Amino acid sequence: MSDINSGSGLFGVKGSGDTSGYGGLVQQSLNQGSSERPYGSYFDEVADELERAYPLFSDAIEKVIVDRGELTLFVKRERILDVAKILRDTPTLRFEICLGVSGVHYPEEKGRELHAIYPLLSITNNRRIRLEVTAPESDPHIPSLVEVWAGNNWNERETFDMFGIIFDGHPALTRILMPDDWPGHPQRKDYPLGGIEVEYKGAVIPPPDRRRSYK
Amino acid sequence: MSSNETYFDPYASSRETTEGTVYSVTGGDWDQVATEIGQNKEERVVVNMGPQHPSTHGVLRLMLELEGETITECRCGIGYLHTGIEKNCEYRTWTQGVTFVTRMDYLAPLFNETAYCLGVEKLLGVTEDVPERATVIRVMMMELNRISSHMVALGTGALELGALTPMLFAFREREKVLDLFELISGLRMNMAYIRPGGVAQDLPAGALSKITETIKDLRKNFKDNENLLVGNSIWMKRTKDVGYLDLAGCTTLGVTGPVLRATGLPWDLRKTQPYCGYENYQFDVITATSADSYGRFLIRVNELEQSLRIVEQCVAKLEKSEGSPVMISDKKIAWPAQLALGGDGLGNSLEHIRKIMGESMEALIHHFKLVTEGFRVPAGQVYTAVESPRGELGVHLVSDGGTRPYRVHFREPSFNNLQSTAAMCEGGQIADVVAAVASIDPVMGGVDR
Repeated sequence: MSDINSGSGLFGVKGSGDTSGYGGLVQQSLNQGSSERPYGSYFDEVADELERAYPLFSDAIEKVIVDRGELTLFVKRERILDVAKILRDTPTLRFEICLGVSGVHYPEEKGRELHAIYPLLSITNNRRIRLEVTAPESDPHIPSLVEVWAGNNWNERETFDMFGIIFDGHPALTRILMPDDWPGHPQRKDYPLGGIEVEYKGAVIPPPDRRRSYK
Repeated sequence: MSSNETYFDPYASSRETTEGTVYSVTGGDWDQVATEIGQNKEERVVVNMGPQHPSTHGVLRLMLELEGETITECRCGIGYLHTGIEKNCEYRTWTQGVTFVTRMDYLAPLFNETAYCLGVEKLLGVTEDVPERATVIRVMMMELNRISSHMVALGTGALELGALTPMLFAFREREKVLDLFELISGLRMNMAYIRPGGVAQDLPAGALSKITETIKDLRKNFKDNENLLVGNSIWMKRTKDVGYLDLAGCTTLGVTGPVLRATGLPWDLRKTQPYCGYENYQFDVITATSADSYGRFLIRVNELEQSLRIVEQCVAKLEKSEGSPVMISDKKIAWPAQLALGGDGLGNSLEHIRKIMGESMEALIHHFKLVTEGFRVPAGQVYTAVESPRGELGVHLVSDGGTRPYRVHFREPSFNNLQSTAAMCEGGQIADVVAAVASIDPVMGGVDR
């Protein structure tokens, strides 16, 4: 998680005048650090096993977050390929299935704007964990995991299409959902949703991305 | 029109490109095309199939490279139904998100809704507070939905291979399930019935007896299709050993659902990682060992009966919990009004309108705030998964603490399973592509989202 927690004012009004008188209030972001051991559930075991199987563990894993009963390992992008291979091949870990990759764009998180999130599933041990990798917007490269889990092929193409993350080593990184000649990456936060104003009985309703939002 | 020299088809044409001659085939000019290709020295032919093709199971485009009748390379073109639902969700409240996600995989709307709502509830930390009756209704609706979805899979699958009657039987039965959906939620598809915190409204009077009646009907009529197809020698010739994908192929490609279970692995999230109280129901996980289209077909046929068993158990539970709440008691999350069917369709119940307009200003404000602004969801991310008719349907939700999702991502089983088309088809014949794709049962609304 990142600076998206920070905010100002009260009642979370964004995008229109604040009439509450609390407009000057600033809330600090709750920048989540690494979770403390014990993580609970099978998470300690997974971390221990990975540490044992992978000597560069402390260098590769930026932080470990346990939240809402789910384990997230933040992995340095240079090491993601090694970590993925070990997670798949170590008999005690054996994460056979990667359930795709989901991108998230955090424009406020300078130097780590683009996140790629890989949910993993181990059928052998009936476990789930999640890997998270970040890349700056100025250098949106993350190694491809297609050679580890072939099924990530289309998922990486989708994340490239939607977020512009370039997966190095992907066999054919092209757009998949949008047309080939489409400009921009639609799921980035700075990409407008589009839409037009709608008039109904004299009142005008703005398109969804220009309506007031709350936080 | 074979030997008729005077026949002219304005849509059938050929043109020269750098890649070779490109023919537009319309169906009446096969002989002419075949003769021309026969004169060509090169054996390699690239056939474009779809996206508007009756046998590609939706707007799927297949690019097939042929060597004679054998497929040497198969590629899928998708994206024709991309509607930007994930992006749209970021501009609506968490509750409104249900209305969007229900339209992804349009044959399994209740699974999309449930997976999404389970995710929102996990983010809110209220998973335990969802009323028991709401959870049972969710399970019942999902299992009915599994039946209607499998019915389309079986019916269209048979239709694509040239068997028309199974489709008629399947859609006849599916219609009965859709009638139940209409009775319970007001809509046949895309119901937005399951909401964060519970369900939109309780079952109407007489719903349970109608469901019991329908179960009897369905159980009897499922036999029609079984009798037509199970063991049918033509059907078996078309599907047996076709579209083979073994366990290693499934795991590396991330394939789940009936395709995975057809390899003999009993992986069903309802059993292995139960949600919505599935551990309290008696049912079997159906597997096959042939890892081919016929095995997947048998799995779907037999899963129908298992779903009926679960629905029966749900009905028994619901009979006992008559009158208990179907929405979370937390007034900050629960939609303020129960919906009611009025003369002009489904809307807020008149009783509620009377209360907020006539009696309680605070209730009016609360209703207004919750409906226009929505509820806040603590920052964080979750991944929840349910076993949809096509496999693991996962939802990755990110919240920034606001009233709208920061990111909604669906891990659609159709999307991942469709990737295995090449692995299933290459080396096979062109007619087998149709059988293989039908056995994956991709829904393009889910693939493209």
